[in-house]
Amino acid sequence: MSKTQEKDVIVRIADVDKSFDGERVVKKLNLDVERGEFLTMLGPSGCGKTTTLRMIAGFEVPTSGQIFLEGEDVDDKKPNERNVNTVFQNYALFPHMNVFDNIAFGLVEKKVKKDEIRRRVEEMIRLVQLDGMEKRMPSQMSGGQKQRVAIARALVNRPKVLLLDEPLGALDLKLRKQMQGELKALQRQLGITFIYVTHDQEEALTMSDRIAVMNRGRLEQVGTPEEVYNYPETKFVADFIGESNIIEGYVEHMTEDSIEVTMESGKAVIPETGYRMEEMVYLCIRPENLKISTEQKEGFRFRGQVREHIFIGSTNKTMIEMPNGQMLKSVTPAEDELVPVGTTVNVYWNPGKAVVMRTKEEQIYNVIEQSVEIEGMRNDQIF
Amino acid sequence: MEKRRKVREFKPGSVFYACLVYLFLYLPIFVVIAFSFNTSEMNITFEGFTVEWYGRMFENRQLMQSFVNTIIVAVASTALSVIIGTLCALGLYKFEFKLKSMISSSLYIPIVIPELVFAIALLIFFSSIHVSMSMVTLVIAHVTFSMPFVVITVRARLAGFDKSIEEAARDLGANELRTFFRVTLPMISPGVISGGMLALTMSLDDVVVSFFTAGPESQTLPLKILGMVRKGVSPDVNALSTLMILGTIVILLTATLIQGKLEKKM
Ligand SMILES: Nc1ncnc2c1ncn2[C@@H]1O[C@H](COP(=O)(O)OP(=O)(O)OP(=O)(O)O)[C@@H](O)[C@H]1O
Ligand SMILES: [Mg+2]
Repeated sequence: MSKTQEKDVIVRIADVDKSFDGERVVKKLNLDVERGEFLTMLGPSGCGKTTTLRMIAGFEVPTSGQIFLEGEDVDDKKPNERNVNTVFQNYALFPHMNVFDNIAFGLVEKKVKKDEIRRRVEEMIRLVQLDGMEKRMPSQMSGGQKQRVAIARALVNRPKVLLLDEPLGALDLKLRKQMQGELKALQRQLGITFIYVTHDQEEALTMSDRIAVMNRGRLEQVGTPEEVYNYPETKFVADFIGESNIIEGYVEHMTEDSIEVTMESGKAVIPETGYRMEEMVYLCIRPENLKISTEQKEGFRFRGQVREHIFIGSTNKTMIEMPNGQMLKSVTPAEDELVPVGTTVNVYWNPGKAVVMRTKEEQIYNVIEQSVEIEGMRNDQIF
Repeated sequence: MEKRRKVREFKPGSVFYACLVYLFLYLPIFVVIAFSFNTSEMNITFEGFTVEWYGRMFENRQLMQSFVNTIIVAVASTALSVIIGTLCALGLYKFEFKLKSMISSSLYIPIVIPELVFAIALLIFFSSIHVSMSMVTLVIAHVTFSMPFVVITVRARLAGFDKSIEEAARDLGANELRTFFRVTLPMISPGVISGGMLALTMSLDDVVVSFFTAGPESQTLPLKILGMVRKGVSPDVNALSTLMILGTIVILLTATLIQGKLEKKM
């Protein structure tokens, strides 16, 4: 309770489950969103992002679990009774109303006085830079302009929370980058909590205060962009966000302050503790942290053959084939000297740059998931 | 990058053909209009110009009564068809239920089966439940055959309807009723209007169904004219018909204009 107060949670998703026709698409979701933060829900297509957002907005009812808005259980609240607004992916503007009336819609419903509506709508139109377009119909506008109307239409109501479902998905790359900046600036300026859905990891990394990574209806990790990028907690997160070299191995030796991991293609010493002998682990090393050298490096016996160099503007990407066939990626600045293709090299990284993830935990995770599902099925049969 | 617009020239042959088609379509109507100004009582030769019949028709009590009946039945059945048909289309669009496809295709049966069969069926139905024929049975009968047309036009409009637009209205604080009147109805209104127009015209000139379901006090204009055929149609009927043609044109133009405006806006 005291924790709630000091963190000022505005949206709490507690143990929420959602099934469609017996298929679980959101599984035991727990998430606290703090007032004023920009939280992004990131995950591959079909992982349940939209469904989660729709439950917060009130368009879907959780199969079990609760959703709290400002500490209040909103289970019995209809969408029009919730102080949240949504920016839909396809804009969903009212085609029979002009820009002004579209933006004024929510205020008219709240029976705000005419002159105040005018003032607030005009202020909003200035804020999203649509001056002079008040009388335009949605059919006469470009995608970017429609998007601004959709954002203005939601923001003019001064919602506690703004839900955005891939709002920039339909825009071209350049416009998307520009709108990303504008959205972020708007959010800072107004101090409104944003829950932003995307499957674009770059968008998530650049805009968010925190990222909630979802996979197959489950939260994999919640953290700042730096945390999820540098310290992924699961293999999925490491794989999904940015590029990663993920290598499987097990703990063969341990000392007081390090473990030695044996992989199919070699061995490496990692300055980590708290693992058991023989425990299966994944090592995750970002390509910019993976280095190659013709000299033997201390703590590593991990050799492969340079297969290819790919020039990508300011950097070079080197592909190294390991004895077991796995391809590792190493990214170096373009001006660095390249090791000729075909050379056998030692692969290494700076101590601390490899993230170790337990596989055992994931296995337990899966077992729990299965048993919960079986239990869920049983309950379905009983009721 | 010059793009030349292809403007096809009219060939004399096709102009002639088009004229023939229009003549075929509209000549009978012009004949009626012309004979409404005829001094002779016979609709055979044109003898002289007069507007006498336009005054006389108002004295023909039976004719006037049947005209009023026609209008009442048309307006009432159109209003009912529009309301029931629109609600029906919305229900079929929004809800999933068992036998939905069967129910939706059964709506088209009144359109496909021969009108005569349909009319006799209505007659048998009304007499078997001991309801005597009157304006009420007439209106009910007209609703049964014109309502499916409203369902069709409204459903066609709903087919391209994005559900999230209604959700956006809910999201912005409108309850179900407000959402319907501020968003759903304006968006489907072109379909509602054209369905209503269809219903209105079908009711105005219906003979077959009306013949079986109208009572002695609820004769409509088409029935009245049909009854006159044996004795010869009097010129005041021509005058009334001319006025009705004018009225229809005015209604049609207004409806087309309104519809054009609504659709252009979206
Ligand atoms: N109304 C529904 N009825 C049945 N299944 C549904 C319904 N809505 C969503 N689903 C299913 O739930 C799963 C999650 O859908 P959801 O739309 O939440 O995914 P998403 O993460 O938003 O994906 P995307 O990035 O493609 O938008 C999908 O498998 C989808 O098929
Ligand atoms: Mg989605």
